[in-house]
Amino acid sequence: MAHPAAAEITSAARGTPIPRSSRDRSERVVKSVLLSFSLLSIVTTFSIVAVLGIEAWGFFTGFPDKPGIGLIPFLTGTEWSPLLGGEQKFGVLPLVCGTVLVTVIAGAFALPIGLVTAIFLSEYAPPRLRVVLKSALEVLAGVPTVVYGFFALAVITPALQRVSDAFGTYNALSAGLAVGIMILPIVCSLSEDALRAVPQSLRDGSSALGGTKFDTSVKVVLPAALSGIMASFLLALTRAIGETMIVALAAGGLAQMTMNPASQVQTMTGFIVAIFTGDAQANSVEYASSYAVAATLFLMTLALTLTGSAILRRFREEYE
Amino acid sequence: MTIMSLSETNPTTATVTSPGFPEQSIRAADFDGFYGSFQALKGISLDIPRNQVTAFIGPSGCGKSTFLRWMNRMNDTIVGARASGTLTLDGEDILRRSVDVVDLRRRVGMVFQRPNPFPKSIFDNVAFGPRLHWRHSRQDLEDLVEQSLRSAALWNEVKDRLHASALGLSGGQQQRLCIARAIASGPEVLLMDEPCSALDPKSTASVEDLIRQLRTAYTIVIVTHNMQQASRISDQTAFFFEGSLIEAGQTETLFTNPRSKQTEDYVTGRFG
Repeated sequence: MAHPAAAEITSAARGTPIPRSSRDRSERVVKSVLLSFSLLSIVTTFSIVAVLGIEAWGFFTGFPDKPGIGLIPFLTGTEWSPLLGGEQKFGVLPLVCGTVLVTVIAGAFALPIGLVTAIFLSEYAPPRLRVVLKSALEVLAGVPTVVYGFFALAVITPALQRVSDAFGTYNALSAGLAVGIMILPIVCSLSEDALRAVPQSLRDGSSALGGTKFDTSVKVVLPAALSGIMASFLLALTRAIGETMIVALAAGGLAQMTMNPASQVQTMTGFIVAIFTGDAQANSVEYASSYAVAATLFLMTLALTLTGSAILRRFREEYE
Repeated sequence: MTIMSLSETNPTTATVTSPGFPEQSIRAADFDGFYGSFQALKGISLDIPRNQVTAFIGPSGCGKSTFLRWMNRMNDTIVGARASGTLTLDGEDILRRSVDVVDLRRRVGMVFQRPNPFPKSIFDNVAFGPRLHWRHSRQDLEDLVEQSLRSAALWNEVKDRLHASALGLSGGQQQRLCIARAIASGPEVLLMDEPCSALDPKSTASVEDLIRQLRTAYTIVIVTHNMQQASRISDQTAFFFEGSLIEAGQTETLFTNPRSKQTEDYVTGRFG
């Protein structure tokens, strides 16, 4: 039997029915708009990779008028002097060395401090202090990197020079520390997210067994969040490797094979900036070399990003 | 309010009491519990007899879980939670500010509503408590883990995969693992906060069997919403309503011949 209320609505009161064809048409329009916008971003990404690849290929295999450098000499060469008047040398290792040195310094500074801060924020800090510290970190994350570079030159380097005469105006330690300050908020906030994602029930389980707050943080929460923390480390290091402005300002411009933090170094990004802001000709070998360096840099950061997201994926599965 | 002694109504408890110890394990007298200005527990006076299963029943929000969490001071972590009155374990004040909470929680273990094994191996889960409280030789620790898993009726199911992740166990196995983990620290009392509410009927049956076996060695306090469960596994039952202890006594008596009308209505399913 029909509900009495249902009978009261006349067919006129329902209005004209919307035909199925019109619904289908608007669905198709929406779908194609969404598709074209997502294709745009994918195409952009792949174009960048393609340009990098093509230009680097030219650098390795040679130009119509000049011989190529070759992949093996590029990857294994220990001298990098593309601009000097004499013989040009294109061994990328000094640039890789500079990048690694700055990244290691930044990591050695930011990873432990960031992790300890994250543990404090997530497990110990009273709510009000947490809000204050988190907003301070957000401010830090919003500072343009050129300001960090300036800070390295104007504050960190003079401070280092007061400690030791070994430090010149440009040195790897100063740049590395500034990069460390820059990646600190990334380590901190991603690690804190990972720690806070650990279910409260695990903390309760630990304290119910007599675990102190320190026991709980270090023996239960930290191991449970470990893969998220590792992912935050890798993402932060990726940022450090790709960081350009700080090293361009504070690390110097001399590519050399050294692990001495007091000496000046040139990183891969630093070299690319130097080429594009200097007076290298657009069809010269040194100009093309920057694409090869950029491609190498891209592959390095890609590897780190992929590792980081693989670790994060495992982390999500752990609580399913 | 007079103290409702569960043990007075049950003369058999005297026989399981060790000489020199009172037959009550935990005793509350005029106990009040607060969250901020809200009084969650009002004048609770109750004795928990040693080596028996005591069930707390009552509708949601009646304060039974809150009372349980005072017995091992788990409420310490809740901002604004405070208590007054008397709450003792073997005659020692549990509420005293200077009480060693770490040792209290070693002596009063707890099992939670949802199984909460650590994302570690089965072995490391059980060894967690012992490693916090004592230094063991490797052999002693292995023996202790085996004994605890045997006591929790889990040994035969996991003995071949002690170093596999505890998260790979079924819900019922995880809950028995949590019981093994609580036992490993050598507690006298086990608090269980609705330990079967997240389990399927078969796992529930296995955990209930275990609880019945464990009472010879431990004083067990269990919060449950399931009246059949309370009548199946407990020796004593306490009925809470709106923060007050309405009635406590032998489970059989409380279910078949309650003194209070409220208790009768609740256990017969007329409200709650």
